[in-house]
Amino acid sequence: MTMNDFLELFSYGFFQKALLATVFASISCGIIGTYIVTRRIVFVSGGITHASFGGIGLAFLIGVDPLVGASVFALLAALGIQFFTEKGGVREDSSIAIWWSLGMALGVVFVFLTPGYTPNLMSYLFGSILTVSSYELWAMLFLIAILLAVFYAWFREILYIAFDEEFARASGLHVSGFNYLLMMLIALTVVLNIRVVGIILILSLLTIPQAIANLFTRDFRKMILLSILFGFVGSLSGLIISYFLNIPSGATIIFTLVLMFGVFRIIKRFK
Amino acid sequence: MKPLIHLNHITFSYSGTPVLEDVDLKIHENDFIGVIGPNGGGKTTLLKLILGLIKPDSGKIYFREDLPRHKRPIGYLPQVKHLDRKFPITVLDVVRSGSMMRPFPFQNKNDEKEAAMNLLDEAGISHISTKAIGELSGGQMQRAFLCRALISDPKVLILDEPDTFVDAHFEGELYDRLRILNEKMAIVLVSHDVGTISMYVKTIACVNRTLHYHPSNQITMEDLAVYNCPLQIITHGEIPHTVLKKHHDHE
Repeated sequence: MTMNDFLELFSYGFFQKALLATVFASISCGIIGTYIVTRRIVFVSGGITHASFGGIGLAFLIGVDPLVGASVFALLAALGIQFFTEKGGVREDSSIAIWWSLGMALGVVFVFLTPGYTPNLMSYLFGSILTVSSYELWAMLFLIAILLAVFYAWFREILYIAFDEEFARASGLHVSGFNYLLMMLIALTVVLNIRVVGIILILSLLTIPQAIANLFTRDFRKMILLSILFGFVGSLSGLIISYFLNIPSGATIIFTLVLMFGVFRIIKRFK
Repeated sequence: MKPLIHLNHITFSYSGTPVLEDVDLKIHENDFIGVIGPNGGGKTTLLKLILGLIKPDSGKIYFREDLPRHKRPIGYLPQVKHLDRKFPITVLDVVRSGSMMRPFPFQNKNDEKEAAMNLLDEAGISHISTKAIGELSGGQMQRAFLCRALISDPKVLILDEPDTFVDAHFEGELYDRLRILNEKMAIVLVSHDVGTISMYVKTIACVNRTLHYHPSNQITMEDLAVYNCPLQIITHGEIPHTVLKKHHDHE
């Protein structure tokens, strides 16, 4: 690889789109991931993510856009998990596992019933950032606009509820409303970033940048900003490495993120 | 004078199991009520009812007219053991979170920050306002949470076992502080330590499914037996005549 090869890469349309996708993914995952990690609902997010596979399968079967199917299923799972958590009756982690496996099971059956070969299936499971479309980029940008608006308008409410839900409730905040809103934003963030690293690997974008950021700060605001930064550095370098080594981009992004975490962790330790 | 808060014939059960039955309690201005009772006797449930976190099965909770339902200025110090110590939030933000209490007590953010800093200063922890809450010691954390409860300038301060996980030194400091605060607000203090709280509170409420209100801070062995009050605490904790002796010291 020469410097020219490297620079030429940035002139390709598909790579420019992939680059934008990493920027957008870093921003949305940086914001929502910080919320998920600090609130300790990573498992909830895993449930929502995997439930969305049912929607992808159904979309294949009836011939609509897989992202639409995934969005519907993810939103239903998000609302369902939040509903059962609030009403009680089912243990929360069991409830999540039920949505998780039900979604996957439905997806498997729908894909099986779909006539012919489903060539794109792997790209939803493991990501395919180099084939991301303009329409998907617009959707990601739209999501970021919503996230920024919500977090700008209600940052303190979100922070305080995440920190101490009972106190927030006693203060008269509409805790339940915020919980539902944030669950839906988690669902949309997961679905719109599926193309980057896939259903199986999306949790990494929501947790590893935060883990790295957490090495340097214990302030919610800074954790969001640092997560965006680390997420971007990790996914861009992963993307470039995967291109030149000709290996899957989603998995490579995970490797670079984990490597970054390891390096920073060791540096921190010996400092 | 009308009570600030009046719990009228409150009954509450968790999935069929009665936790509180026909409970009556009036909280007046400048009251200092110690709530005692065995674990699982309904102390925390009582607090949750007052805070509006749960609704009674029957009975009603009345707030004085100047404390409408959605704007009740109650300061709340929960048990800190439930909180996530790794949560990325600064001490200052924790204190400021107390001012989300409706109605918003501050006109602008600077006033709110200043009030928070003043409270931290009074508590002697303003120098660590930018630290993460998890980096504090048990006593410091307790103080920060007390600041959070006070920033809304409450009429009633509710504390849930503030004496767990803090050392004796801080405990004494806390009770001295409460005595001063009590001049401005009513205090409801839940504790498992009858001996300690009876030195500070004015009245005692024994909660063990039913509530028995003792209009003084003197509790005798006979009272406890008659009202079916938490004898286990007495036997596991300080012996009854020690409790009485402390009362005499105080008077």
